[in-house]
This record gives sequence, structure tokens and C-alpha cells, in this order.
Amino acid sequence: MTEQHPSMPSVVIFGAASEIARAMADEFARKGYALALAGRNTEELGVIAGDLRIRHQRPCHVLPFDAEDLDSHAGLVDSCTAVFGALPDGVVVCFGFLPDQAAAQRDFALAKKCLDVNYTGAMSVLERFAGEMEPRRWGFLAAVSSVAGDRGRKSNYHYGAAKAALATYLEGLRHRLHASGVRVTTLKPGFVDTRMTFGMKVPGPLLTSAEKAGRLCARAILRGRGTAYVPEYWRLILLLIRHLPEFIFKKTNL
Amino acid sequence: MADYAEKMTPLAGWGRYRPAMCRVLRPVSQPELAGLLADGGTGRRIARGLGRSYGDTAVNADGAVVDMTRLNRMTAFDEETGVLDCEAGVSLSEILEVFVPRGWMPAVLPGTRFVTVGGAIANDVHGKNHHLDGSFGDHVASLTLWTPALGAVECSPEQDPELFWATVGGVGLTGVILSARLRLRRIASAWVSVDYVRCANLQEALEAFSESDKDYQYSVAWVDCLSGEESLGRSVLMRGNPAPAAMLPPARSLKPFDIPRRPTLSVPVDFPQFLLNPYSIRAFNDVFYSLHKTSKGHLVDYEKYFFPLDRILHWNRMYGHRGFVQYQATFPLERTDGLRRLLELCSRAKRASFLAVLKRFGAEGRGLLSHPMPGHTITLDIPNAPGLEDFLRELDAVLLDAGGRLYLAKDAVATPGAIAAMYPRLDAFRAVCRRADPDGLMSSNLSRRLALTGNGEAAHD
Repeated sequence: MTEQHPSMPSVVIFGAASEIARAMADEFARKGYALALAGRNTEELGVIAGDLRIRHQRPCHVLPFDAEDLDSHAGLVDSCTAVFGALPDGVVVCFGFLPDQAAAQRDFALAKKCLDVNYTGAMSVLERFAGEMEPRRWGFLAAVSSVAGDRGRKSNYHYGAAKAALATYLEGLRHRLHASGVRVTTLKPGFVDTRMTFGMKVPGPLLTSAEKAGRLCARAILRGRGTAYVPEYWRLILLLIRHLPEFIFKKTNL
Repeated sequence: MADYAEKMTPLAGWGRYRPAMCRVLRPVSQPELAGLLADGGTGRRIARGLGRSYGDTAVNADGAVVDMTRLNRMTAFDEETGVLDCEAGVSLSEILEVFVPRGWMPAVLPGTRFVTVGGAIANDVHGKNHHLDGSFGDHVASLTLWTPALGAVECSPEQDPELFWATVGGVGLTGVILSARLRLRRIASAWVSVDYVRCANLQEALEAFSESDKDYQYSVAWVDCLSGEESLGRSVLMRGNPAPAAMLPPARSLKPFDIPRRPTLSVPVDFPQFLLNPYSIRAFNDVFYSLHKTSKGHLVDYEKYFFPLDRILHWNRMYGHRGFVQYQATFPLERTDGLRRLLELCSRAKRASFLAVLKRFGAEGRGLLSHPMPGHTITLDIPNAPGLEDFLRELDAVLLDAGGRLYLAKDAVATPGAIAAMYPRLDAFRAVCRRADPDGLMSSNLSRRLALTGNGEAAHD
């Protein structure tokens, strides 16, 4: 089953070792997609890919990728095309970096890295594939932003600013690619039960399992949604938070 | 220790009896797990899967609980032999989801699919086919175990059998199970052909077990624990065999591994304690008994037959916020008098709930602390209410007198003396633990309460 049929759809996931990404990959494979998992830790990705192959009997490749090594991104389109035999149908960017807020305030390098990974790295990947997909006139691009990007908060504003930049970039990309038929999806998860939030004080009912979040993300992408909150009730929460007058918001402890 | 995400949270078993504050670590990769196990700062630790043990097996107050659920990757499957290699956090539910459509199933299925492979081995769980097929550990080809003294080692019935059979049923105290190789079993369909037999009392049920259990791969009885006198132990036997595809109706025989999708229900909040009372339970029991007339050849899909309660998420909340204990006791074959006495106590005390299950076991489990032994095993849910522990002591006395034993995966209140009397191989188990873990790093509330490791003299708290 590892020989890929020419008509089998394909998707490449960048930052595929994260728990949400793994759940997304699982959902894509369930829907019949061939996968390429890209990330720094290729050994771990190999374990995840092996699991997905057993579960779904679909091809699942591993590609080395480092979001911060921008020069290396030049070869990404070619290496993805090589593993699938064609330009993939879709590209999903899942990597992200949440620095400790207090540390990011003291250490400029950390604050810069937050922007480098979350925004510059993501933009670099998406732009390269957008350039190939636009003339082909089909396919999809998606990236995981965050509800943290919807309003700057003292608890994570470096992260929030980078994710806001990513969301604005995706908005523009969606505008540009609309005419070509290439769909662009912005994913905005709320609190998801992953390594990133493990041990944080999160109200139980607002915590979504990584499995569910990944499944919702994959479905939003496959439905061609523009911006999807994950789960959707975060849209309402963020609507309220965004409309809180600044003089009140400043006094909150969010 | 700073590098590992950790969480302080109250934990209990599935019975939600006496939660304790624990420090939980949840590694997402094998290297991360290896790192935190090797780190002295982790302190005494126990692995935890999906938390379906009823008591304090996977609870560790003031110590570390290593949540294994993220290490749930399947690593190899042999289509010829049906041997599956997987990490310990893979659940039986996941194995069923992936392999039933391909005609394979785990050889032993407990009463819930929401258990991990590691948990199934550590508790050496049994299922409705124990009388023929033994328990979960009998179908494990090998496993990889991390132990404090030996690091990661592979063991199997051939390679270091001592360590292997101490780990099977060893409630996590020999080390942390990292991965296992399981022998899955070929199935012809996802359906079971079930025969029901109504028995008016305990004697009838025991006779039916001894006469015809050999004709059924799966056998279990539901018992009414409220009826007394001449209908003490009235039951419905639910016994079945795997259904060949040809037995299914035409529409199903084309897709023998497809089963109906059912909505799952959920108990959203704790029920008030008074909802389950002798009257409501009696009403349930009467309806259940009258619905199951003696009859043959019902086609029931495997989910419904093996996991009737899995449809109701959080069903443990039905017992209210104080929780419950599950009491599972096995009496030697010839001591049915003890079983009868136990049922009399339950019927009189009106404490037992509607879920009482009776089964006749096959051979003695090979794990040093495996629960099964030739005899009859009865399982009762008993809600937490004042006087509970005194009542359980009464039951324990009956069980000890008959030479029977309790099941560690269910236990929350037993005493060290009782367990030592019930498990004659406990000293052999302790000896293996001293070799694998001389400093007593592997430890849980259960192990300290029952003095399962060390010299067995006192709980090393």
C-alpha cells in the first residue's frame, strides 16, 4: 500500500510532531490522503508516520524541515514534489513557538525567535507553495494561528503579535488566491490539551482534546473555510474580548 | 525536572473513591519518557493509562504519575501472524477501530475498551473467554519494560520469564511498560451469536456454567444482588460464540465487520446520591430479568456484547460525588458456599448496585499477582456510604475463609494481611521487584497501602 496511486490526494504538514498536527494527519489519512510529515525531529516523525501507515494504510513520508533555517526553504517545493510525484494538493503549517512571557520581555533574542518561527518561518513556507499553486489553479494552504492573536494581552503578547501577523498574512493570501481557486484557511484554536498548555490553569470546559482539535482543523481545511475557530465557540468568546473597551480591558487579568 | 510539563491534580481510580493530589507528567515521545524516568528528581513513580482501574492502582499521592496516553503509536503489524507491536499507551479501543475491519481482534477483551495495552498487561485483565483463553498476559508475545535497576529491557515467557510474569498482573510495580507485542486473533465477523439462559437462583446458574461453559467461547452472567431467599442469585447467563459471516443476515454478511453506529450517551454531572437506591435498582433488575428470556442465537455486535457500559460516557458519575468501590472476589470452585454467603450478605445489606456479574474462570493466571484462579468470580459495584469499609471487611472475612481472593485492579480498601493470604506468590513477586527496583522507586497508593513491595513488613511511606 505504499505505492501511491496518481489520483490519491496528498498533503504536507510542517511541524508535524505536535499533538494537534498528529491528530490532523490522522484525519487526513482517514479521508484517504497521502502524507508527508515535515519537522526537525525526523526520528520522532518516523514513529508517527509508521503509526499512521499501520492505521490507515496510506503512504506517509518524512521530510527534514527547520522553520528558522530560511535558506533551506528554497528546496522545499522540490522535495515535496519528489516524494509525492507531483506538487501536493495541500500544505498545512502547524509549527509554533510559545516563549515564556517574562523571559521574552528580558531577552530580545527570545522575542525575536518568537516572530521568526511563528511568522517569518510560516510565511516563507506558504509563499513558496502559493507561487506554485496559483498557476496550477487548485489546492489548499492552511496555517495554525491562535486566538491569542485576536487581542494583545500581557500574558503572551509576543506570541499574540506573531500569530496576529500570521493571520493578517493569511487574510491577504486568501484575497490574492481567491481568483485562482486555491483556498486558504486560518485556524484559530483556543485552549487545547497539549504539552503547551499542560499544567496551565485552564477552566476545564474550555479545554479541547488535541484529537478533537486536530480533527476539527482538518475538517475546516477540507471544507475550504476561510477562518475557523477551533472549536467554533471561541469566535463568540473572542468577539466579546475584542469588543471590551480598552479602559476595562486594561484592568483585567487575562 | 524543570523541562517536563507537569500538572498537580487530584486523581482517583474509576470508582472515584478518595481522590489524592498527584503530580502528573505526560511525556509525548519515548526519549522524553526515558529522560524523565532516568531523572532522580522524578521521585517515586507509577505509570497510568486511561484510569479504568477502580481503586488506587495508578494513584500516587505526593509522587509522580506518568501519564502514558500520548505514547500510543503502533509500530509494526504482521498481516500473516497478527502480531502487533505498539507502545503501551495504545488503547484497546484504537486496536479494535483499526483491526476489526481487517478481521483481527485482541484475544482478550475486558468490560471496557477504554484501557491501554500497558494497563491491560499490568492488571492482567480477563474477559468473558477466560475459561478457554486465559487472561491478557497469555497473549503477549513480549514486552519492553523500563526498570530502575536494569533500564529498558525486553522480557517474554522465554526471555527473563520471572520478570515477565511479575510484570503481567504486577500493577506497574516492576517498572514502566514501554511497549508490547500482542498476538491478535482472527475473527470471521464483528458479531457474536448469543444464547440467554434465565436461572431462578444461584444453584441453577452454577450448574449451567459447569455443564455447558465448554460449548461457549464467551460466558458471563448478570446477577440480581437484591433478591434473597429462594431466588438468591437469580441470574441471566449471556453466553455466545463468534458468529461466522454465513450466519449473518444477507445485508450484513457482505460486510461482516461493519457494526451499527450508535450515539454515545454521557452522564454530564454527578447524580444525586439518592437516585440509586434499593427501589430503583430493584426496578432495574426486574426489567432486566424480564427482558432476557431463555432463548438462542441472538446476533449481537461485539461492542454491545463486550462493552455495554462504554456507550455511556462517565457512567461512574451515576454513583454521585462520593464515588463507589468495585468489589471483585473469586471463590475456589468447591467453595460455592462462600459465594452464597457473600450474596446473602449483599442481599441483606441492600448495598450492592445493579451491576453484578458472575463468571466461572478457567486456569490459574501465570502472573505472580494475576487474579484469575479456577473458581467463580463475582463483581459488585458498591456505592460509597457510611459503614462501607466495615461492610467490606465482612465480605473479606467470608472470602478469606473460603480461600478466595480479591482483584487488585478493583481494590481500594483491602488490608496487607488479607492480600498476603490471598496471593501465595506475593513473596516471589517482591523478590523480583527487589531485583528490578532495589530502591523502591516504583510505588503507588495501592502498593503502599497493601505493602506489595519491599519486605512486605510495613508500608514505606
